[in-house]
This record gives sequence, structure tokens and C-alpha cells, in this order.
Amino acid sequence: MSNTNLSQSKPDTAPKHKINWGRLEEAERFAEMTKLFRQGLITRDDFRRFRLQHGAYGSRMTDDYSMIRLKLPAGEVYPEQIERIADLSEQFSIGSAHVSTRQNFQLHWVALEDVSEVLRGLAEVGITTREACGNSVRSIMCSPLAGVCPDEAFDPTPYAVGATKFLLRNPLSQSLPRKFKINFTCCEKHGMARMVDIGLIPLQIEENGNLQRGFKIFLGGGLGAQSFVGHQLEPFTSEDELLYTIVSVIRIFDRLGNRDNMARARMRYLVNDMGWERFQNLVLKERAMIKMLLSVIVKLDVDKTPEVLRKISISSEIPSVSQGYARWVKSNTFKQKQSGFSTAFLTLESGDVTSNQLRAIAEIAREFTSDGQIRNGFTQDIVFRWIRDEDLPRLYSKLLEVGLANPGALTMASVVGCSGTTSCNLALTNSHRLAKEVQRKFIELKIDEDDDLRNSTIKISGCPNSCGQHEIATIGFYGGGGRLGKEMYPLYTMSLGGRSDENTTLGHTCTKVPAKRIIQTILKIVEIFKSEKKSGETLDLWIRRIVEGNGGPNVKSIDDIKELLKPVVIVPTKDQDEDFYADYGSDGSYHTKTGRGECAA
Amino acid sequence: MCSLSKEKSIHVTVDVDSLRSEIRDKSVKVLDIRKEDDYKQGHIPGAINLPLASLLADDSPDKVLQYAQSFGIGDETSVVVYDDTFGALASRVAWTLEYVGHRDVSLLDVTYSTWKKLGLETSSDIPSLTKTTHSLKLQPQILATSDYLTPAKEKGAILVDNRERLNFLEQHIPGAINIPYRMLASGQNILRPKEDLKRLFQNRNIGQDSEIITYCGSVGTLSGLGYYALKSLGMNNAKLYVRSFKEWKSLDKPIEKQKDANYWDLSAE
Ligand code: SF4
Repeated sequence: MSNTNLSQSKPDTAPKHKINWGRLEEAERFAEMTKLFRQGLITRDDFRRFRLQHGAYGSRMTDDYSMIRLKLPAGEVYPEQIERIADLSEQFSIGSAHVSTRQNFQLHWVALEDVSEVLRGLAEVGITTREACGNSVRSIMCSPLAGVCPDEAFDPTPYAVGATKFLLRNPLSQSLPRKFKINFTCCEKHGMARMVDIGLIPLQIEENGNLQRGFKIFLGGGLGAQSFVGHQLEPFTSEDELLYTIVSVIRIFDRLGNRDNMARARMRYLVNDMGWERFQNLVLKERAMIKMLLSVIVKLDVDKTPEVLRKISISSEIPSVSQGYARWVKSNTFKQKQSGFSTAFLTLESGDVTSNQLRAIAEIAREFTSDGQIRNGFTQDIVFRWIRDEDLPRLYSKLLEVGLANPGALTMASVVGCSGTTSCNLALTNSHRLAKEVQRKFIELKIDEDDDLRNSTIKISGCPNSCGQHEIATIGFYGGGGRLGKEMYPLYTMSLGGRSDENTTLGHTCTKVPAKRIIQTILKIVEIFKSEKKSGETLDLWIRRIVEGNGGPNVKSIDDIKELLKPVVIVPTKDQDEDFYADYGSDGSYHTKTGRGECAA
Repeated sequence: MCSLSKEKSIHVTVDVDSLRSEIRDKSVKVLDIRKEDDYKQGHIPGAINLPLASLLADDSPDKVLQYAQSFGIGDETSVVVYDDTFGALASRVAWTLEYVGHRDVSLLDVTYSTWKKLGLETSSDIPSLTKTTHSLKLQPQILATSDYLTPAKEKGAILVDNRERLNFLEQHIPGAINIPYRMLASGQNILRPKEDLKRLFQNRNIGQDSEIITYCGSVGTLSGLGYYALKSLGMNNAKLYVRSFKEWKSLDKPIEKQKDANYWDLSAE
């Protein structure tokens, strides 16, 4: 595919992608398999397995379209790759791409017959979709602040990339009982180490006077219809033991995971059914065995060469500061441990971004970031690192020009919403649109400027499956259907007090909230909080007290909140309020309809 | 006319170098399909302005013939058409000329913006025109009407909708397949290289001789480009449903929709 773009004729000093994860043969094979499937020469189930292994989901209510999930190890992506994604989205998808909560891009509503063309276009710029779906080791995540976070022991990125090199296309990870997720984080605060199958936090200890790198490893966590917090395997796992540990865990899961019941197949159920201590013992034994049996030492291929930072030219003219700059800097940027540099977060409505915006993002990365790359974040966001502090005003005005300067990226105004009824077969509600509506309203109300709300989060899933990560949100919602007489309306279950840091807790169910009352409900909670909070207390901390039953004399517990919300969540009749009965994004009356799940996380 | 010229092969697209040498040789008539104001500010040297809106105001064969004759286009004149709208408007005009019986018409393989970006010569001179005559030989085999569609489909014709994906999902003619016009272009060229384009049809199991009818939203521009994409692959059994979906809807014909999904909410537009 020749995509010579004229606008690229400027000299380009930005680094190109270093690792070629893509394979052109896989695109060609996909085209052949699609033809065989269409001719009825392979069964639907066989084709489905193949399709998922290559990153293509079926779309809502139809197999004729796919959602293609890219695999971006550690969330790293380069400008020329982003430009290709923009082109492919325009040509084969809907002209917008979606950033997932697992640092990937997703292209929706691609005709099944074109999936191979998209895979080809991606492979040409080093991107793969292999094992992005299906029962495999999914893209390995790494905190977008890795390498720049003041609280990290060391940069875990090379380890996330090294682990991917080992596991991608490895026979070990082709047909596990269920999907398998690995997250690296920079520090306790910025990741989700306890909410995945294997979570890792860098840790450095002193041993015989030498500094030794290693990790805190958490096993068996995960969100879903039933969620669990991960257990720490041992106080310290040295980097030499890292790969052995990962392999041991995957092998045990492969052997013992529940292959009969899809709903209980994730590793967290195995850990829970067996009991942590037994599982822990098994892992340690397995690791000792592997080490004994393997005559060759298997080591991670960790590329520790430091990033070469480019000198980027800073314009000498004093930038005029655009309106809204202070608000944006406060809520969207993060001071790196390297003095003089900042990291900037772009909040996207439910992770959606147009092809033209993607092209602008590529240009901006070339112009402003010293590392010349882009990372996708954990909250459907896009992250520029290594921006010189003095360039921030200019960066802001560039973002403003292309509609990417929404404030509130690191605050409660940045809402996560899974794909819901826009494309997911299992969805009961349009969580995707709802998250957009909430975000728009909150920015309008300047919620992002309220320091009390900064650390809190709102996350929304379209069904109990938690792809929107509602259970680790301060205020989380998952969709379902409500009924008054014969009439159905979209309804969410709200949970309070979830978090994903070192005090990882799952949210506690509070009450049911109709879709069209969600915004009022959140605002009501904020109102109660404001009148009840101790001085200096933030919303997340107050909710924690409430969840523990330690609120003030007026509002003590979750039940008290439920009581206070009753007037807000009251269900009107259809005659009183017809709009109440339609979900966001539809004017017709609401009904639930689901197809076969492919687990569209 | 010497018989040799009749055998000269006609290309669906011409590249900038060929066009420039044909302009130098004065062996071509170039049509600029942009608005008059844009044309006046500069165009490819020697190009004649035929804004699409003027043509669409009355695209009856007689009127089209009148235009051709007034521009000095005779039966054997080589014509090259360009626009600044990814080749879609130019395609619609080229198809119209073809329909009234003008064989030798090609599309410039880039848009006017690209021509300018490449730093090629432009001019704001308006060429003087000498009238000529052109015969009328209607080519009904490249036109599809609403009445034709359903029976043709029943006999195996393939209906291709060239609108964007979300518009297609929202509503389309029953049984149509979607090849959004964006799929047809690559980089700066209005059409992809043949091998690339070919794969798109092979992947859909569409054979070289299949009868294919293209349509789009209203006046047959995007689907005009679709029509020429097919022709560039030598798929000559192609027709343009020139009145397209707008007419189809106004006739209250059946419409199909991808139901029970809120795909519009995925767009960040
Ligand atoms: S399965 Fe996941 S993506 Fe689909 S609606 Fe449920 S939570 Fe959202």
C-alpha cells in the first residue's frame, strides 16, 4: 500500500518504531481463511477462533463486520504508526479510532472482507493484532508514566516489551483456558497491578551492598462479573526470576484453569477455588522445577539502552497564552522526575478520536516530544511525554486547534465508558455515549477545577462484565434493564468506593440509577459530600469512610446515601417522561438485546 | 479521422507527466470541474471550466453534447478531467461524457491541490474555444435506473454502495455491499495501484466479469469514482446508478439497516 503523504515532506527527525511486531503473512492468511469461511469450507467456530487469535471481534449483532484490536505492547506507538492508523480508519472503518482501557487502538465496523487489508497496512508499519483477543496473553500493559514517574524504582517499560517478545506467538500462550492479562506499573499509585492476572511493580533492594532490581508480583486479580484483588507472590522477585515466574504462572493456569465453564475460566477463579496458599505454593514449586529442568537459562531480552532524547527546537518567540491554559495545565499535565519536562494527557470522549485528530497527534509528537513517541494511557487517553515545560503553552494552543484540549484529563471529569451498544454483543446499555454525556456536562460545570474531586474517578460498563472497569471507580456504573409495568428503560447499578492503587478495593453496590438520572445522581452525591466532608477531605476519602460505615452523624453509611438518592432515581411513567424510557443515542423505546459474547473488553 | 487513433488504448487515469506532455502537444482537452471562482484563481494551463453544478442543472444528453461541442470536443478528442474532491466530481463528468458516446475520456490521477503541491504550472488565463461537432451515441449499458436494479440483482448483479461506512450502516439499498470511496484512493492518488485495488475485490470474491452497479448518496459522484475504480481493473461490466440513494428513497423503495447498534456514538466527529 503506497501511502505517500505529501505533508510528510518535512525532514523528520522523530524516531521510527524500533520493533516490528507485525507479520505480513498473517494478513495474507487472514484473507485466505475469510474466503474459506465464506465458501463454507471451515466452520464458524473454527473461523471464529482464528479470527480472535488475530485480533478481530465480531460486531454487535453481526459477524459481517469486525472490531479490530491492535496490540501495542506497553502502549507505545510512533507518529508514522498513528498516521497509518488514521488512514486505515478512514478507509476501512468509521473515520474514528477508539483508545481502549488497555492501551490499544480499536477500529470498529470493519467489513470482514477488509480485515486482512487492515492487518496488512498495520504490519507494514510494524504493528500486530495477533493475540489481541481470544484465549491468549493479551497486550502487556505498562504505566504511561513509566520512566518519568518520580515514585518509580526504575523504568519497567523494557521489561514489558521483553516479556511481549517472549510471549507473542509463543505456543505456550495460544490456547489458554481464557484470556490472560499482564500489567506493569511504575509505582503503587499509577497502575493497576492488583486487578489483573499478573501485576508487577518495580522494586529495588540492596543485597550485599549491590542494588538489585526486581518486582512486587501480584497474581489472580481481575475485574468481571465476579472480581478479585490480586495476591502478592513473595516480598521481592528479582529480575532474573521474572520470566520463570511468568512462565510458571501461565503453565499452571494452562494445566488447571477451568476449561469447562467459560464463566469461571479466568485465573482468578482458579486462585479463589484453590485458595491462595495452595496456588502460591504451586507457582513457587513450578518455578523451581522449570529452573531445574531448563539447561539453558531463559532470560528476558531487556533492552536497557537509555532512550536517546532528541533536541527539539523551541521557538524563541514568547508564546501567547491561549484561553483556558491554566485550567488545562493544572488538570492535564504531570511534572516528570526529570526537571524541566512534563507529561501531557489528552482526554478523549470515551476514547474516541478522529482520523484527522490522529494525524495532528502524530505531528505534535514529532514537534514537541523529545522521545518522539506517543503512549496510550489506561483511561482511554493519549499521552505525550518529554515535553519541555516552556513548550506547554504552545502545545496547548496546537491541541486547541484540533479539538484535543479538553481539560480534566487527570480528574473526575475524564470518564471511562466501554463500547456498550455501539458495537458490543453483550451490551445492555449505551455506556459509551453516557460516558461522553457525563464528561461534557462535567467540563461545562468545571468539575475538573474542584480539588476535592481530583482523585476520584467515574467509570461505566454497559453490562456486568466490567470492561469499563466500573468496580475500581470511586463512582462506578454497569448497565442493565429496568421495567415499569410493560415498559423497559435503561438502568445502571451504581457502586461506590472502588480504587486500584495500593489500597485496591472493589466498589460497594449502592443503588440502581436510571440512565437518564445518572448525571443528577452524581451531582447529588457531590452535594452531600460537600455538606458532610471534613475540612481538606476529598471525595474519594469521604466515600471510603462511608463505605466503612464511618460517615458523619447525618450520613453514616452507603444505606444513608441510598436513602438520600431515592427522590432522584424515582421512575416516572412513560406519559410523564417519554425520554426517560429511551437510552442515550436512541430515540426509540428501549429493549435489551444481546448476542453471543466474544468478550469485547 | 485515421483509424489508428481508434485503436489507441484509453486509460482510466493519466498521470501528471503524461498530461503535461499532452498539454504541450495540444493533443488534449482538459476539463476543470471546480467552482467558477476557484477556477478563475488558477487552473491547469488550458483547462476549460465546467462546474459540476452547471452540468447537473441539466445533464440531458443534448445539453451534454452542446457543452462538448462548445468546448471543441469532437468524437476523437482526448479529454482529461480533474477536480479537487478526490476525483469524485471529475468521475461524474467523465461518466456523463462516456454515456453520450465520448470514448476517449480519462481522469487526472491526482487532484488540483496535489498538482499545486507538486509545484506544477498553473494559469489563470481562460482559453478561447472553437466550436466543433460531436455525434450522439448513447451507451445505455453503463447506466442503471431504479427499475433496473431489483431484477438485475435477482440475476446476480452486485450492488456496491460507495458512501461512508456509518451512512451505509444507517440505511442502504437491500442487499448492497459497502465499499466506501475512501477505500479506493491511496496517498495522493485518486485511485489505488491496480494490485491493491484488485485485492479488495478478490477478498470479496467478486469476479472480473461480474455485473456491478455502483451508487452513492445523491448524484453519482462517489459512485462515479467507484465505477472508474472497477474500470481501471478491466471490470467493464459496470454500471452507475446515477440517481442513487436519494432517488431510491424518494420512490419509497425498501431500505435495509444495521439494527440494534448505536454505531454513530463511536464517531468522534
Ligand atoms: S461486555 Fe464489556 S464492552 Fe461489552 S457492554 Fe459489557 S462491559 Fe461493556
